[in-house]
Amino acid sequence: MSKILIRGAKVLGGEAQDVLIDGATIAEVGSDLSADGAEVVEAAGKVLLPGLVDLHTHLREPGREDSETVLTGTRAAASGGYTSVFAMANTFPVADTAGVVEQVYRLGQEHGYCDVQPIGAVTVGLEGKKLAELGAMHESAAGVTVFSDDGKCVDDAVIMRRALEYVKAFGGVVAQHAQEPRLTEGAQMNEGVVSAELGLGGWPAVAEESIIARDVLLAEHVGSRVHICHLSTAGSVEIVRWAKSRGIDVTAEVTPHHLLLTDELVRTYNPVYKVNPPLRTERDVLALREALADGTIDIVATDHAPHPHEDKDCEWAAAAMGMVGLETALSVVQETMVDTGLLTWAGVAERMSVKPAEIGQAKGHGRPVSAGEPANLTLVDTAYRGSVDPAGFASRSRNTPYEGRELPGRVTHTWLRGRATLIDGKLT
Amino acid sequence: MQRHLISAADLTRDDAVLILDTAEEMARVADRPIKKLPTLRGRTVVNLFFEDSTRTRISFEAAEKRLSADVINFTAKGSSVSKGESLKDTAQTLEAMGVDAVVIRHSASGAPYRLANSGWIDAAVINAGDGTHQHPTQALLDAFTMRRRLVGRDAGLGQDLSGKRITLVGDVLHSRVARSNVDLLHTLGAEVTLVAPPTLVPVGVETWPCEVSYDLDAVLPKSDAVMMLRVQRERMNAAFFPTEREYSRRYGLDGDRMARMPEHAIVMHPGPMVRGMEITAEVADSDRCTVVEQVANGVSIRMAVLYLLLGGNEPAVTHARTIEEK
Repeated sequence: MSKILIRGAKVLGGEAQDVLIDGATIAEVGSDLSADGAEVVEAAGKVLLPGLVDLHTHLREPGREDSETVLTGTRAAASGGYTSVFAMANTFPVADTAGVVEQVYRLGQEHGYCDVQPIGAVTVGLEGKKLAELGAMHESAAGVTVFSDDGKCVDDAVIMRRALEYVKAFGGVVAQHAQEPRLTEGAQMNEGVVSAELGLGGWPAVAEESIIARDVLLAEHVGSRVHICHLSTAGSVEIVRWAKSRGIDVTAEVTPHHLLLTDELVRTYNPVYKVNPPLRTERDVLALREALADGTIDIVATDHAPHPHEDKDCEWAAAAMGMVGLETALSVVQETMVDTGLLTWAGVAERMSVKPAEIGQAKGHGRPVSAGEPANLTLVDTAYRGSVDPAGFASRSRNTPYEGRELPGRVTHTWLRGRATLIDGKLT
Repeated sequence: MQRHLISAADLTRDDAVLILDTAEEMARVADRPIKKLPTLRGRTVVNLFFEDSTRTRISFEAAEKRLSADVINFTAKGSSVSKGESLKDTAQTLEAMGVDAVVIRHSASGAPYRLANSGWIDAAVINAGDGTHQHPTQALLDAFTMRRRLVGRDAGLGQDLSGKRITLVGDVLHSRVARSNVDLLHTLGAEVTLVAPPTLVPVGVETWPCEVSYDLDAVLPKSDAVMMLRVQRERMNAAFFPTEREYSRRYGLDGDRMARMPEHAIVMHPGPMVRGMEITAEVADSDRCTVVEQVANGVSIRMAVLYLLLGGNEPAVTHARTIEEK
């Protein structure tokens, strides 16, 4: 494999440095490195980050290849600066057996745009009744370590307790989609002032918060770690903050859209804003940003949820929930966290690469940008500003809430173990 | 006036008064032997009903026919919709047949808004009730009924409902009628009070331009009109209230309670009534109850709305008088 010299990039947003990639590895980081025999990428002014890691992606394959496939999803990931994504289990069939997770894993390896780490279902068929063969999925070639019924909550307290306990045997973690099902029957949007006016079924904050409160207490009781998916309310932040102060082993994620958008957008009845958990209020958005900055929320995860056009080109109640996010995540984080002064680029690297890799045990990802480390890297033109054009997405789906919105930052290059998957904004 | 009628909240005071005044003119047509105006001759209106509603559909149809529009009735049952056709395709199919206005009733809140704002079709959209969101022509006919009864048929022309105290009682949470009425009555200067068990008031109601009370008996003596909302018996299965009887005792309107209202005060109901639940037969059949009047007024209001949205610059009123003079 050839050498690549990334010249003059601000590593983690710091001093400009040269980074030399040799084969799959970072050979050297320093000033005025020799370009001898290396392909040079001029990176002056750009920010170099470790390849991003998404702990929460829906790749839809197998079963809903009309929305996304492992190929199109990982191309979207590479385009957004990701080198590793965790694929959620709510496929058809559900990823609740070794066979399904191995298939998804193998497809990721074959396509080579981004490492795909399958997430296994906690319960058979995501039905919340019977534990899936978690051990078998862990032992499989896919080596599953993260388990989630995402899309559905593991609402039975006993099943949740058992799952938390069981995965300790092999160091796994349960990622909970916190949604009390009875409190959210018929829920269409955040319950509050806007839902009252629009006459849409409410999804109350308490339905999320009560499950998080229960699960951190369960995790404490059985001495397990628990991860909270897409935390969306100010109250959830308070509970996680309290749990962490108590020493409970809990981690939490926030999506880019919950950092930027509010339920006021639902007034358009445009289902592109329909997502689960729903967009909340300005107060929640500000609390989430603050929590991400102070470390209460550990990571940003996209909850990239592709849906075909017809599932959004309809009335609100009939529409599918979810938004694509891989290709806009970093821009939204720059807009909401970096450009607002809440986070440095090093802080972004921590929350979008280092910590998610750590929570999901993604080997070789989220590593320091230093000699000897795997060359999983993302180069960002942070000075760029442009409006989002879904027509240019690599994802098969276009259900973005940001169409036409001006956002900062653009990923220009992504390297997966030294191989460029994205060059000058174009997929290889 | 706007091009569509989606929400009562979109109407200004002047818009609303114009509609009420126009409806008074339209009402005169109903008193004539030939109840028809040529205003919408050659225009096509489709009644697109995705949800069963006999009374609203018939009311619109009567209004459309009195204005000489060509009317197409479309009900979802047995149509392509039941075979999985989308709202968009249904609407575009109908528009391709050349309709000028779509009157839509849909179980999904926001469906009329989507139809009007998604670029799917060009026709004017009139909301005939969407989910638990809005039912603007119902609010208009209610305001019309109140103005006639509380201000006067002729004295009311050009007037709003300033200072009138209106009480809405019942299932506010699931009621598009309540939402529309709160918006419109507030715009017209009335003071609105909602009365319901706390379970049937939406979280977020605190920003609505009205008062909320849980005590019907305290509010009745201070009401110029009391509108009873329908309460579905099935609600008790979801623990909104314990039993039908308890609901009826605490929030139902019977003869004793009606006697607490000021003498001039009226009892209203958007229908269909659940007799014995929110209203007793004694009240429903009393002179103070305007249910039947509301139905008649509904046709006038819908004529006024159709005329104002579709009639362009031709003054309907002049038409009416010209015909009268002949």
